[in-house]
Amino acid sequence: MMELLETFIKTLTAINDDIRIWNPLIWVLAIIIALLVVYIIRGFGRRDYKEGTGQTQAFLSGNPEYEKEKMHVPGENVYWGFTHALKWVYDIFNKMHTGNVSDYVLWFVVIMGIFFLILGVI
Amino acid sequence: MSMVIDWELILQHSPALIVAIPLLGAFLTPLIGRIGPKVRNGFVVLIALVTSFFVFLLSNDILTNGSIRTYVFGGGKPLINNRFAIRILFEVDGLNAFMIIIGAILVLVAVIYSLKYMKEYTGLDKFYTLLLLMSVGMFGMMMTGDMFNLFVFLEITSIAASALIAFWTSKGKSVYAGLKYMVISTIGALFILFAIAILYSQYNALNMAVLASSIQYSFLDKIAFVLLIAGLAMKAGIAPMHMWMPDAYGRAPASISILLVGATQASLYALFRVTFTLYGNNLTAILKHIELDLLGNSIEFDITLNGVLGILFIALAVITIIIGVIMALKQTDFKRLIAFAAVAEMGYMLLAIGAAITTIGGIDPETGAMIIPAQGLMALKGGIFHILNDALDIGLLFLVAGAVYYATKETSLNKLGGLARNMKYTTVFFFIGLFAVAGMPPMNGFASKLMIYESTYLINPILAIVAILCSILLLAMFIKVLHSVFLGPKIPKFKGVKEVPKTMLFAMAIIACIIIFIGLFPNIVVENIVTPATEALHNFSNYIGGILI
Amino acid sequence: MIYNIPYVAVVALILIGLYTVVFKRNLIKIVIGITLIESGVNLFLITLGYRENSIAPIHTSSSQGSIMSLPIPQALTLTSIVIGVAVLALMLSLIVHIYRHYGTLNVTKIRGDEE
Repeated sequence: MMELLETFIKTLTAINDDIRIWNPLIWVLAIIIALLVVYIIRGFGRRDYKEGTGQTQAFLSGNPEYEKEKMHVPGENVYWGFTHALKWVYDIFNKMHTGNVSDYVLWFVVIMGIFFLILGVI
Repeated sequence: MSMVIDWELILQHSPALIVAIPLLGAFLTPLIGRIGPKVRNGFVVLIALVTSFFVFLLSNDILTNGSIRTYVFGGGKPLINNRFAIRILFEVDGLNAFMIIIGAILVLVAVIYSLKYMKEYTGLDKFYTLLLLMSVGMFGMMMTGDMFNLFVFLEITSIAASALIAFWTSKGKSVYAGLKYMVISTIGALFILFAIAILYSQYNALNMAVLASSIQYSFLDKIAFVLLIAGLAMKAGIAPMHMWMPDAYGRAPASISILLVGATQASLYALFRVTFTLYGNNLTAILKHIELDLLGNSIEFDITLNGVLGILFIALAVITIIIGVIMALKQTDFKRLIAFAAVAEMGYMLLAIGAAITTIGGIDPETGAMIIPAQGLMALKGGIFHILNDALDIGLLFLVAGAVYYATKETSLNKLGGLARNMKYTTVFFFIGLFAVAGMPPMNGFASKLMIYESTYLINPILAIVAILCSILLLAMFIKVLHSVFLGPKIPKFKGVKEVPKTMLFAMAIIACIIIFIGLFPNIVVENIVTPATEALHNFSNYIGGILI
Repeated sequence: MIYNIPYVAVVALILIGLYTVVFKRNLIKIVIGITLIESGVNLFLITLGYRENSIAPIHTSSSQGSIMSLPIPQALTLTSIVIGVAVLALMLSLIVHIYRHYGTLNVTKIRGDEE
């Protein structure tokens, strides 16, 4: 037990290419402390609320709430800004991933040709 | 009467038993299936357990003693030519022991997961037969010491895997994906056979150790080298030849996807074996000697093979990572997204090993090892460690995708939502898989990715920047999956969704426990399992000396 | 010089096979292209074992002073032919299933919903 503790402290303070502060046990400790802090802050909330009235409904800046299937953001639209801004990259990549086998073998022949030129000729 | 188990005798025969027991079990399964489905399921689990027992026994012996075990097929006394046995042989050293541990864990989890996942489909006799045959091919590829034997086991694995991908024949897409996988595998394997024939014609030997000790880097050897690494890189899913991976992984049943990860990594292992052991003596061969004369100062430097090869591997790996991550952000199919993440993770392994190849200094003539500086050695260790972590993480994510499909029969991210209330355990396993793939501290992905970041930063800072950026994008895309599948309001269509059966949860729990254990104590795993594997890579002369009789 | 003709034939077979796989649109023609590549590699393996003025490597039919061609490439070729048969059978049966589903064998028309 004591030697486990000794090796633990040694990995914390070693100088060259050991884990030091990135030791996972330290991180587990930090996460547990953070969760404890979250739990204590949650305990400061009020307990005297009434269910079913306007106090527990979702607030959507005054907009009406539709049915649940429409309220949930579907997977394709989550990162719309990112995919829209990089549309030119996605056009190139979608043309590459066509889905028929002949193109896959064509890429293989191209890469084999490049390898031949670099490793064989030079 | 006291029974003394002769461990030495069992250990001597275990390389053959690891391949022979699943082979026997695969061909007995249709016969036992006549009795009833429960007996057949129990038989398959028993075969997987016995094989895993022999795997752990053998690898425990090799990793603690540091010795190399050889098994020569064909009984009796083999013919000896210059102290090398002329037979087909299996040679198991540290790197092979590492790979068969991964294979055993994946086969065991796949079998336990399939018991309930495939219960309602017919034709399950053929399913389990093909599954055991695919594991035979994987173990054979990971343990063999003979080049033509590598080709035969590679073909066994691809034929069984292609039939398993196309198992759901009622859907057209799965059958088309199986055909595409078969075409790609066959072309790659035929070019590998062509290279093996070239090597045989020059040196009259098919044995890896005999070839390694007698290759001089002539022009025909260059052609064979190019064919071998191009064919093996295509089987390992390196861009731009990676496009079969989303089709094959995304349309197969979930327990077959996890075995396909193992087969892909066995091809990556074969690539490293060819580069480091077969051509190890010539890896620092000087290709051209350039002398320039600029303004009175004369600059001369050599272009070595390992510099060119390392830069080529690094370029392909960076393209793989970027393509994998950017294409994955746009997918709407759950399993296809995880398949693109698997493509990116293969890029990480090749990046680390390519960076290590560029730093090789030379070959030490007395010990027969390569001279690698400290950052190259850490890159090598990080790359090999990442093979184990990646198999576990991507495997767990595929099992979660299969569980969601089993419960709701939907795979599109646009139609799912709010499943965390009904499937609590699956959500917890997805959390663990998410943190592991993205490289967050208490999980195992962090330990290997930290080694890769630190070592590639010392070699060239741009590589580390690309690696860290794409890790963050991996985290982003799995948070998107978490939000659209598990979080969100209760959708009335999925009101009756129940938790998946306990056998599937048990299979996922095995992998999750191993992930957490490796994540909390990475030092133990790196010292005992990864370091012997990397030593087997750069002390390549041990492989040659291991088969002397 | 005449003993180099099989090697030229090997290269020609492999190149024609690769052309068929890459540029033809019918699935059956792609399978035929794979068979051509495989025939080329098998021919290469057999040709490696030939020695000039040699006879078949059967032990009991050797007389004094005759050399035999190498038997190991012949064993490798037999294995490769058997593997090729298995691969061909699997691919053709998968094509039968695909034709039943999609109704066409043209690679550009079988799209599914690729992305």
